[in-house]
Amino acid sequence: MLLKNKTIMITGASRGIGRATAEIFAKEKASLILLSRNFTLLESLRKKIMTKYKTRVLIYKADIRNYNDLKEVFNDLFKKKISLDCLINNAGILKDSTLQMAKIDMIKDIYETNVFGTIMTSQLALNSLIKNKKGSIVNVSSIVGISGNAGQTIYASSKSAIIGFTKSLSKELAPLNIRVNAVAPGFIKTDMTKGIDRKFYDKNINSIGMRRIGEPEDVAKTLLFLASDLSEYITGQVIGVDGGMII
Amino acid sequence: MKVINNTDKLKRVFAESLGISANKVKNSLAYQKEPKWDSISHMVLVSNIENEFEISFDTDEVIAMSTFAIAVKILKKHKINFNNVTKK
Repeated sequence: MLLKNKTIMITGASRGIGRATAEIFAKEKASLILLSRNFTLLESLRKKIMTKYKTRVLIYKADIRNYNDLKEVFNDLFKKKISLDCLINNAGILKDSTLQMAKIDMIKDIYETNVFGTIMTSQLALNSLIKNKKGSIVNVSSIVGISGNAGQTIYASSKSAIIGFTKSLSKELAPLNIRVNAVAPGFIKTDMTKGIDRKFYDKNINSIGMRRIGEPEDVAKTLLFLASDLSEYITGQVIGVDGGMII
Repeated sequence: MKVINNTDKLKRVFAESLGISANKVKNSLAYQKEPKWDSISHMVLVSNIENEFEISFDTDEVIAMSTFAIAVKILKKHKINFNNVTKK
């Protein structure tokens, strides 16, 4: 029970990596606060978790691009006297495009979700984390945020921003005993990668040393390590979860 | 009968959060002019004020809170009474 007595917020919790993380964290007895734009999926996840793991789960319909949505969530937690031990900034969107073909609305959408959303959620979570005099923020970046990738210039740069954010914030918050780390997933089986064509899929698999696509649980287990006290002396790090992928 | 003096209470939170003596906490006490009121202690200060007065600040208020006098003004907006309140 690595997360017993810990209250953890996960954004983008209704699907993919966020959903797998919620389940693995519940198994480790965390109290969960789950955010997503899709309330129906969140409700079914809450029912599943509460039946299976008997842990507390609060769910909120929230769009992390919207400051007022986030403020309402944190105000409600404040009223309920719930403070956070950990924040998992997982919510993100993936849209492929070369720079030349990227429409401004698409660029804004990616940055508002992947970058501004992560920053605003972290900013609002800060006072809550400080109250506990110990805490952890874990951001979900991407392998392309480290290595770059043709055809993903906007997405990759948004994920690079998350790495810079992680490293700087870790330095700001270390004196307060709050750790900030990131994971950089490679090619993971989620809705984001579901629709890609066979040729591209095979090309990706061949670039992975372990020759298999990653499961959301592979990322969730790394998030578990970074959320738990097992990593209590680790901050400012980016851990690749990519099966030895080379881009 | 108990007299609650929120000015004294806020002064105490400032002194404890910044690690300075209570007599240094005056209206003119200012962020970064007082060497111990730096960006790190500001985060602790904001968190402690929220805890003590059971309020939640907006980001704009956290940024604006640059003197003790301004902190009082912001707390008044949150309906914290700075006249002495007598409670039975």
